[in-house]
Amino acid sequence: MNIWLVHHDRALRMALRRLIAAPLTTLLSLLAIGVALALPAGGQMLLSNVQRLMGSTSATPQISVFMAADAGRGAATELGARLKKHPAVKQQRFLPREDTLQRMKANAGLREVIDVLPDNPFPDAFIVTAIDDQPATLDLLVEEFRQWPKVAHVQLDSAWARRLEALLRLGRNAVILLGGLLATGLIAITFNIIRMQVLTHRAEIEVSQLLGATNGFIRRPFLYFGALLGFAGGATAWLLIAAAAWWLRTPLDDLLHLYEFTFSLQSLGLADSAVLLGIATGLGWLGALLSLGQHLRHS
Amino acid sequence: MIRFDRVAKRYPPGIDALSALSFEMTAGDMLIVSGHSGAGKSTLIKLVAAIEKPTSGAVLVGGQNVGTLSRSALPFLRRRLGLVLQDQKLLFDRSVFENVMLPLSITGFPPKEAMQRVRAALDKVGLAMREKALPIALSGGEQQRLAIARAVVSRPALLLADEPTAHLDAETAAGVARIFHEFHRAGVTVLIATYDGHLFPDARTLRLDHGYSVA
Repeated sequence: MNIWLVHHDRALRMALRRLIAAPLTTLLSLLAIGVALALPAGGQMLLSNVQRLMGSTSATPQISVFMAADAGRGAATELGARLKKHPAVKQQRFLPREDTLQRMKANAGLREVIDVLPDNPFPDAFIVTAIDDQPATLDLLVEEFRQWPKVAHVQLDSAWARRLEALLRLGRNAVILLGGLLATGLIAITFNIIRMQVLTHRAEIEVSQLLGATNGFIRRPFLYFGALLGFAGGATAWLLIAAAAWWLRTPLDDLLHLYEFTFSLQSLGLADSAVLLGIATGLGWLGALLSLGQHLRHS
Repeated sequence: MIRFDRVAKRYPPGIDALSALSFEMTAGDMLIVSGHSGAGKSTLIKLVAAIEKPTSGAVLVGGQNVGTLSRSALPFLRRRLGLVLQDQKLLFDRSVFENVMLPLSITGFPPKEAMQRVRAALDKVGLAMREKALPIALSGGEQQRLAIARAVVSRPALLLADEPTAHLDAETAAGVARIFHEFHRAGVTVLIATYDGHLFPDARTLRLDHGYSVA
């Protein structure tokens, strides 16, 4: 085993021993870190759930082209071909009026209304996505489609999607802001915890220095301590969020079901979890580094 | 090995612990620094170990001016010397074995070899049977011997001791002195500050009086 490994192995064992040696202090520290991290991480969880909920209705603006009610299937096929050839169109999807009727009938409230109508009130329609989704380009495209024969109505349904996207962006910024604030708090928490640790082990630090320990050697177990504390704090936050998600899932499902949504609240995904644990570990390490730096400069 | 060149050390607010002290030690020497309490013996030891820096003059250890050493170079000087301080600086929350292990952990000694070395050092000072004890359970003489074991475990070429026989009864003090003699015979350069100069009758003596060397 080389010296580097020997040193790190020793420091890691020491840090673990110190964490276990004071279980109550460790537990309280973990709770403090866990709660502080759970707030921004919980916000991130909610955001990604909202994003998933809205995912089916994509935020890329779509143009709905409705045919005139008297237009036959032939006119629709012709229009479909024309759309396909159009250089500004990325994708187009045909919605036959029969399918629309079936889909609307599946909705309990609407079925009764539809049933009293003599014939199918829905026209054939196309859902078009453009290559360039700048508002100005889209408006031009809408105008162009309106001029086409047998087209009754063209609608650009991007406004609400843009509003939602702006709202999500705001939410994301709020999470980042909250995360930044609480990350600073977390550094302060570990700074103080490590300072207490340093004071407890002052004799050991002094003796080690007399025996020829480098600052790196003295720092190492404390850095591991901070990193482990951060990691365990991150894990605590993860558990808190998972528990919250589990607890909210059923009532939220019930609520959304009333609005005809089927949706299941998910806890943090793999990537978000990895980021949470990584940041928590890093912040714990940083808090320890700052704390030790302050102590070693003054000793 | 050690050379003091007109070394003075003044503590605030103007107390002279050492004044214009010059002496030299070659490798393999044994030097006793004697004198009354407050004569500057401890200061001399601390200057060699770079725990204190001289106010003026040069302290050379192994050709290196330790007064001008950078903070980052300090650990590597300390690793080359064995240090037994007046308050032994034992770690009371660690066993005898772990106390002696500490210098080897610091230099990153391979654990297996380190354990053998610790046992050898404890054996040399007669504490082989007490390795699992905590320092608090040791007598004064045993604690002193533990401090010596820790100082020699990394086999330094230079051994410094400040009052290693203080507070020990005559018989125990003689036992501790014998250990230092053994290291000296094994080729280690030994520098001891003590008022029990008679325990080391054959060694060269440097007498200090109020910070001045007296012949």
